[in-house]
Amino acid sequence: MDSVISLIQAAVVFGTVIMFGCIGEIVSEKAGNLNLGVPGIMYIGAIASLASVFAYESHAAEPNKAVCVIIALAACFGASALAGLIYSFLTITLRANQNVTGLTLTILGSGIANFFGGSLNKMAGGVGQISVAATSSAFRTTIPGLSSLGYFGKIFFSYGFMVYVAIIIAILVNYFLKKTRTGLNLRAVGENPATADAAGVNVTRYKYFATVIGAGISGLGGVYYVMDYIKGTWANDGTIEKLGWLAVALVIFATWKSVNAIWGAYLFGVLYWAYFYIPNLTRASQELFKMIPYVVTIIVLSVVSLRKKKENQAPAHLGLPYFREER
Amino acid sequence: MSKETSVKEPLIRLTKRDGMPVWAKILVYLVSILLALGVSALFIFFVTKLNPVDVYKTMWQGAFGGISDTVRKLHISVTVRDICTLLLLGVALAPAFKMRFWNCGAEGQMLMGGVATAFIMIKLGNSGLPNWLLLIIMCAGAILFGAVWGLIPAVFKAVWNTNETLFTLMMNYVAIQITSYCVALWENPFGSNTVGIINQSSRAGWFPELFGQRYGLNIIIAVIATVAMFIYLKKTKQGYEIAVVGESKNTAKYAGISVKKVIIRTMLISGAVCGVAGFVGVAGVDHTISTSTAGGRGFTAIIVAWLAKFNTFFMVAITLLIIFLNRGASEIASKFALNEYAANIITGIILFFILGSEFFITYKMHFRRKVKEA
Amino acid sequence: METNYAVEMRNVTKTFGSTVANKNVSLTIKKGEILSLLGENGSGKTTIMNMLAGIYFPDSGQIFINGREESIRSPKDAFNLGIGMIHQHFKLVDIFTAAENIILGQAEGRLNKKAVRARIKEICDKYGFKIDLDKKVYNMSVSEKQTLEIIKVIYRGADILILDEPTAVLTPQETERLFNVIRNMKAAGKAVVIITHKLHEVLEISDRVTILRKGEYVGTVNTRDATEMMLTEMMVGKKVELNIDRKEPRNTVKRLEVRNLSCYNREGRLALDNISFTAMGGEILGIAGISGCGEKELLESIAGLQKTATGSVIFSDPSTGTDIELIGKSPRVIKNLGIALSFVPEDRLGMGLVGSMGMTENMMLRDYNKDGVVFVNKANPRHLAETIKEELGVVTPSINTPVSRLSGGNVQKVLVGREISSAPAVLMTAYAVRGLDINTSYSIYNLINEQKERGVAVLYVGEDLDVLLSLCDRILVLCGGKLSGIVDARTTTKEEIGLLMTKSGKTPETGEGKGETEDE
Repeated sequence: MDSVISLIQAAVVFGTVIMFGCIGEIVSEKAGNLNLGVPGIMYIGAIASLASVFAYESHAAEPNKAVCVIIALAACFGASALAGLIYSFLTITLRANQNVTGLTLTILGSGIANFFGGSLNKMAGGVGQISVAATSSAFRTTIPGLSSLGYFGKIFFSYGFMVYVAIIIAILVNYFLKKTRTGLNLRAVGENPATADAAGVNVTRYKYFATVIGAGISGLGGVYYVMDYIKGTWANDGTIEKLGWLAVALVIFATWKSVNAIWGAYLFGVLYWAYFYIPNLTRASQELFKMIPYVVTIIVLSVVSLRKKKENQAPAHLGLPYFREER
Repeated sequence: MSKETSVKEPLIRLTKRDGMPVWAKILVYLVSILLALGVSALFIFFVTKLNPVDVYKTMWQGAFGGISDTVRKLHISVTVRDICTLLLLGVALAPAFKMRFWNCGAEGQMLMGGVATAFIMIKLGNSGLPNWLLLIIMCAGAILFGAVWGLIPAVFKAVWNTNETLFTLMMNYVAIQITSYCVALWENPFGSNTVGIINQSSRAGWFPELFGQRYGLNIIIAVIATVAMFIYLKKTKQGYEIAVVGESKNTAKYAGISVKKVIIRTMLISGAVCGVAGFVGVAGVDHTISTSTAGGRGFTAIIVAWLAKFNTFFMVAITLLIIFLNRGASEIASKFALNEYAANIITGIILFFILGSEFFITYKMHFRRKVKEA
Repeated sequence: METNYAVEMRNVTKTFGSTVANKNVSLTIKKGEILSLLGENGSGKTTIMNMLAGIYFPDSGQIFINGREESIRSPKDAFNLGIGMIHQHFKLVDIFTAAENIILGQAEGRLNKKAVRARIKEICDKYGFKIDLDKKVYNMSVSEKQTLEIIKVIYRGADILILDEPTAVLTPQETERLFNVIRNMKAAGKAVVIITHKLHEVLEISDRVTILRKGEYVGTVNTRDATEMMLTEMMVGKKVELNIDRKEPRNTVKRLEVRNLSCYNREGRLALDNISFTAMGGEILGIAGISGCGEKELLESIAGLQKTATGSVIFSDPSTGTDIELIGKSPRVIKNLGIALSFVPEDRLGMGLVGSMGMTENMMLRDYNKDGVVFVNKANPRHLAETIKEELGVVTPSINTPVSRLSGGNVQKVLVGREISSAPAVLMTAYAVRGLDINTSYSIYNLINEQKERGVAVLYVGEDLDVLLSLCDRILVLCGGKLSGIVDARTTTKEEIGLLMTKSGKTPETGEGKGETEDE
């Protein structure tokens, strides 16, 4: 039982990282922008929060935890949204190819994050030495009382607040896309921009906002990763990139519905950590187990393409630029 | 009713160009690269307070120069070696992209080729086979594994129209895990979590020196692949079929082309050439295997192939630029005690500028004329 | 400034790259009138209206709405000025419901479904529309989609309505119903513009006609003063002989026999339902039906491009007299059997030609695989391209210019030229003259007639009933995938064909008559 619970806990923590990435990507893709820069954006969000909090913690004598959290989130959201803005400018205004622009953003993001991450580590005195203890503990604070409710508390209340923020955002995004006029317009932009345009929707503005805000949300996955998942440290090990691609995969798994991303993310977490809880695995076969989430995504991708249900498909205009005067 | 009385033309209007002369295109690209170098210089200065000119000089030194002849030769040969590998990957992607098949799986296909190469190197290293025969077997194994890794998404795309961008991306990570698995299996020495240099003493399965060049064989393979792919795409029936399928699947069917067959065949070729890149990477460069054998080059190659518009000769120029940046950056990293990821930053900035510059080739801007006072 | 002009456009010019779409066009639209905008395809009618609707922005010129100079920079500006356009290719989101499409782009915020529905119902009652607000667009018939488009525009409070070729996809009966709606709108004081190239419609519905030719303004006349001949002259620029030289079929022999053919389309609906007919060499068999009646699937089944469920297609070889089954064979197999089956598909650049390639490489498309082993042979196709360019007068800078840069008429000449060059035994054409000017259309009719005289069995799918009546020998009418009749083109009438096109008798407005929703 204990190992089942710790698997669930690990899965929830893992899932939260990719859930943020996934929800942001859903918002972006619903407006027709296939942003393959998600790993880069998560990198940028992570390093921006880490660097700014590091600066604050090393200058403030008594770092205030609330200030730490606000700085971390603001820096993360701002930097990620800025990355989204670069992507938007290139793909929406300059109509560059979305796949290539996204991949370039991932290269740039990993460059920026690991460059500064490496430097921060060096400043702090060596790999893994950097620590933003105050912020990290603020992120990892659980709700007092509830987390000690035995198994129930452990499964549902043993996490930092970002876990719940992710769920709330997933539900809000779902409501926004399904029930509001703005959401309707946004989906129209992704399905058929010419129609949306002719109906008076400002396609460019919607695409910009969706991609920039989507990038901001994706970036939160990065802040959660550094502050909670690896407890306020940094390592140039490429994990964020891996998780970023899983977030992109999760979009498909969730068939572009953010509520599905909630359980999908946790399921990915379970699959990812399963090897750890299966006894007597050699290190080699553990590596094989780690490929399960990717294989499952491939299977879902294939099943979705087999079923051909219109409502489950990717937005019809995903990945394509829009130019009103196209003839 | 609009509230403003003035009649306003939009500030900037866009129209599509009919075409642009080649010299103008080249000019646009050159300007964009210069601008990018300028922005990168600002970045270098603000972050490191180093003189960007010195930094760029050092980058040049790192890629093509050196304090002594020996160092310079070493630098150039490493630069050429890296160009060969990236170029092979770009060439591998050309037919897939021309078919509008977004093969984002070069990373995994190369790794699988590398795994096969390393496997044969280890297993047959002491068998006493002549080196040339061993190399051929290794190459065949790499081609097979790379091709299979390209085949899987191709079959799904051909039969069920499964999104290939995401499928191939996922296949990369499966390949990475398989590589990790193999590394754990072939670990040497025990506990190091690496495979170590394979056949270090016997050099079995290593590329031989050709014409006094350590990387002679790498160059030959890359040149052959580049030329052959160019001819394949431009002059052969299969190349024509790829172009038709890429333009419109309906047209292809109308012309009696079996779209499924072309997709599968093309991806076999694409994956096979990626496999060759893995073979070159393991047998001709690293003499070991790890998850970083491909090192993200599979992704960089996507950008190379796209920017070159699937023309393998343009790829040479773009590869040259990217490898120059990479080599240069690792030189500044060691000289100025920065870390190597600076290369990714500068590469990213330059690619963004090149991508953005294509806008000026496709579209024409019309600025608002001076509005006359009413 | 007092004026009864809803719209006044002065000296409007619009260019696309090196093509001039509109040159110094001036026109007016009055309140409470129906204006026809007449011109051949490519005359710039749609372009000029797109500038009113905010899709394009003019290079120069002025636009006055209700007497005030305005700048229409986007469709949103157009809406705010009360301009609504119903585009020829409907601007609807497939996976949305009717209601969602109507409210799209409206003021943002929460959705008040009740109020929306009440307003839509009010509009429907006023003008006599019927619509199911919860139906998804991808389940709708063409006529339903058009109704939805009109409701959408009125819902936004448009006073100036522009309809681009609204009758192109409708049956005569549906057209009549649409015209009644338009008359209601006129009575309600709205200004209505109908873009069309059909003269009889102009005469039937409009108050005034404005004629464009090659992007330039020709003139405006009151409909009651106009005659068909006069309008044609203004439209085409010179007197044209509108008669097609139809010869009596000679030496007709059975060439193609279709028996009990059925097939399902990509969405899994029955697209062809038990079709049987015979096509003779030396005659033109017309195929009529509203778009989506199965005409596309029929031609593609014969060409080996469409998977069929049941039935057979027997080709009788004119030289050997043997019968060959075509069903189950791919286009390549059919070609390799030596069967010269030519096919001019509806979608020229999406199916018949490769847009990014030049004429030479497009010539190779059908038989690049014929000779040589590995490498392509470009000498013969180059020669053929030169010949076609010469003989059909294709206007192109070079035979290597991508065909997508050519005008619609020249693209069609390239395609038809290639298909005829292979000396076919069967020639199938789908909407061969769609989008072409009158002169090019007639040269295409001539080419088709020549093929008929050569003894070719021609299958001609067309949308213009007048042309079908004067070009074909027999006309096969499809309705909802079923064969509703084969009539003699020399004796039948448009009304008879129109009735056959909607034979199933159900009201087309609910879409059930299209056979699209039945199998769900």
